[in-house]
Amino acid sequence: MSALLQVEKLGKRFGGFVALEGIDLEVTAGERVGLIGPNGSGKSTLVNCITGALRNESGTVHFDGKRLDRLPAHSRTRLGLARSFQLPKPFHSMTVAENLHVPALYTVNARHGQHLSPAQIDARVDEVLTQVGLHEKANRRPRDLTQIEMRKLELARAMTAEPKLLIADEAMAGLSHSEVDDILALLLRLNAQGVTVIMIEHIMRAVTSFSQRLVVLVAGRKIADGAPEEVVRNPEVVKAYIGE
Amino acid sequence: MPYVPTRYFCLIVALVTIAIAFASRLATNDYFFFAGYVVLQYVVMATAWNILGGYTGYVNFGTAGFFAIGAYSAVVMHKLFEPPLIASIVVGGFMAGLVGLGMGYLTLRLRGVFFAIATLALAIVLQTLVTNWDFVGGARGVYIIRPETGPFGHPYIQYLFVLMLALSAVAICIARAIEHSKLGYGLATIRDDELAAEAAGVPTLRLKLIATVLSGALMGMAGAPLPYYVTYLDPSSGFNLAFAVNSIAMPLIGGTSSWLGPLIGAVLLATIQQIATVTISSALNLLIVGVIMVAFVTIAPNGILGLFERGVRARRRPAEKEAA
Repeated sequence: MSALLQVEKLGKRFGGFVALEGIDLEVTAGERVGLIGPNGSGKSTLVNCITGALRNESGTVHFDGKRLDRLPAHSRTRLGLARSFQLPKPFHSMTVAENLHVPALYTVNARHGQHLSPAQIDARVDEVLTQVGLHEKANRRPRDLTQIEMRKLELARAMTAEPKLLIADEAMAGLSHSEVDDILALLLRLNAQGVTVIMIEHIMRAVTSFSQRLVVLVAGRKIADGAPEEVVRNPEVVKAYIGE
Repeated sequence: MPYVPTRYFCLIVALVTIAIAFASRLATNDYFFFAGYVVLQYVVMATAWNILGGYTGYVNFGTAGFFAIGAYSAVVMHKLFEPPLIASIVVGGFMAGLVGLGMGYLTLRLRGVFFAIATLALAIVLQTLVTNWDFVGGARGVYIIRPETGPFGHPYIQYLFVLMLALSAVAICIARAIEHSKLGYGLATIRDDELAAEAAGVPTLRLKLIATVLSGALMGMAGAPLPYYVTYLDPSSGFNLAFAVNSIAMPLIGGTSSWLGPLIGAVLLATIQQIATVTISSALNLLIVGVIMVAFVTIAPNGILGLFERGVRARRRPAEKEAA
């Protein structure tokens, strides 16, 4: 099977600082990939380059057979690439349900040959809200949500876009043990429905139990890529995380 | 409040507009039309400003520039063809919309205060150009001889009043239609968080350009009748900073969240200014705006609409608690 996402020799610098260099990454359809690395290793920058929030200077990104490099972020979302943000970015002037109307209107309905009626959008939004357990809060504003509900809203908004690939950028940071399990179960359910998931995470327990494959970034380079149990024993990875 | 579909809303606005137009026939003094024209002009300006400033979150300080483009387009049209005023309004709107498109394209990568400064700079650049353009009178200004009567035989000022009334209705209908549309959702996401908007599939640049063009065009249309109203136009009055300050203050005082806010703010503030001009002094106008704005920023940052909504919620809350 050919790769759903293919990143080749991707490089990004901020002024003189090299944030990413020569990153190669392939993700097959249906896979669960964990992306880890110490703070400042370039994980979020990589996500931003893949999703179009930042432009990479060198290298290419292909998604579903199409080259993404020059496309603006919203076109990438429409192709089926959704993301959640590390710091939740809800549309704070809208209700929770309205937050989900946005990707339904602007992503799902912008795809060729698809058009949801207002009633279908309402049904779809209801369905996603039930799935993530935010149904009760549909008419609340984001400021009334707790931290975990905010993360769920972030994921729900990405899910409403009906993505092929979902990139969850630290969707669990700062959550309690049981809340982490909550989000994990949600992501596993999504994956079972056929959505490819890349998870960026610091919580090792979550990322190792979730991922079929782990990719490790350190200082803007990829230093390991393989089965989780092998990767966590890799001396270079251990050195990066714990020191010598 | 029950939701009224846009076409019924516009029908209601049209009926109210016609009613006001007929009711104004009762006015025995032409001063009423002179004052009413200014109030209505600010209804258009505040509503137009709010499309970009309130819905989209981009503060335009160059309002006077767009307004003056409309006014000077009308001057050019008048000198070249002496067309009916409605044609000049269309051309003024088109030119201001075009400048809106250009401004949007050049400055929309700027956010917040930087965008505001860029728009202010645009107005100054335009003023400098007009000041040095002899055809439209340059710094000396230009006299426009306005016809005695409008196309229906009424005094011309009454015609100007009715035109501005119609423009206000158009502006309010456009604003209201945007609010309850896909475009309105999109603009709100830009105001809330542009990165998240893009990630949700919103083509932010295109929507911002639609907002700058619409907002600019409406301002230009509001400015086009100005030369006929004042009969003498010079750059310092056409580009007067008071236009910019007022068009920002009015939506802020009324509330930026819906079409009603700019309307309330404009009617309230412009009327107070008109009364103050007659009863106290014309120099007091901006002082009044300043004081009211400071008061609102501290007491009611979400404007009159915000105060009202807070009141409704406070009254509802005890009822909710009882129900629970």
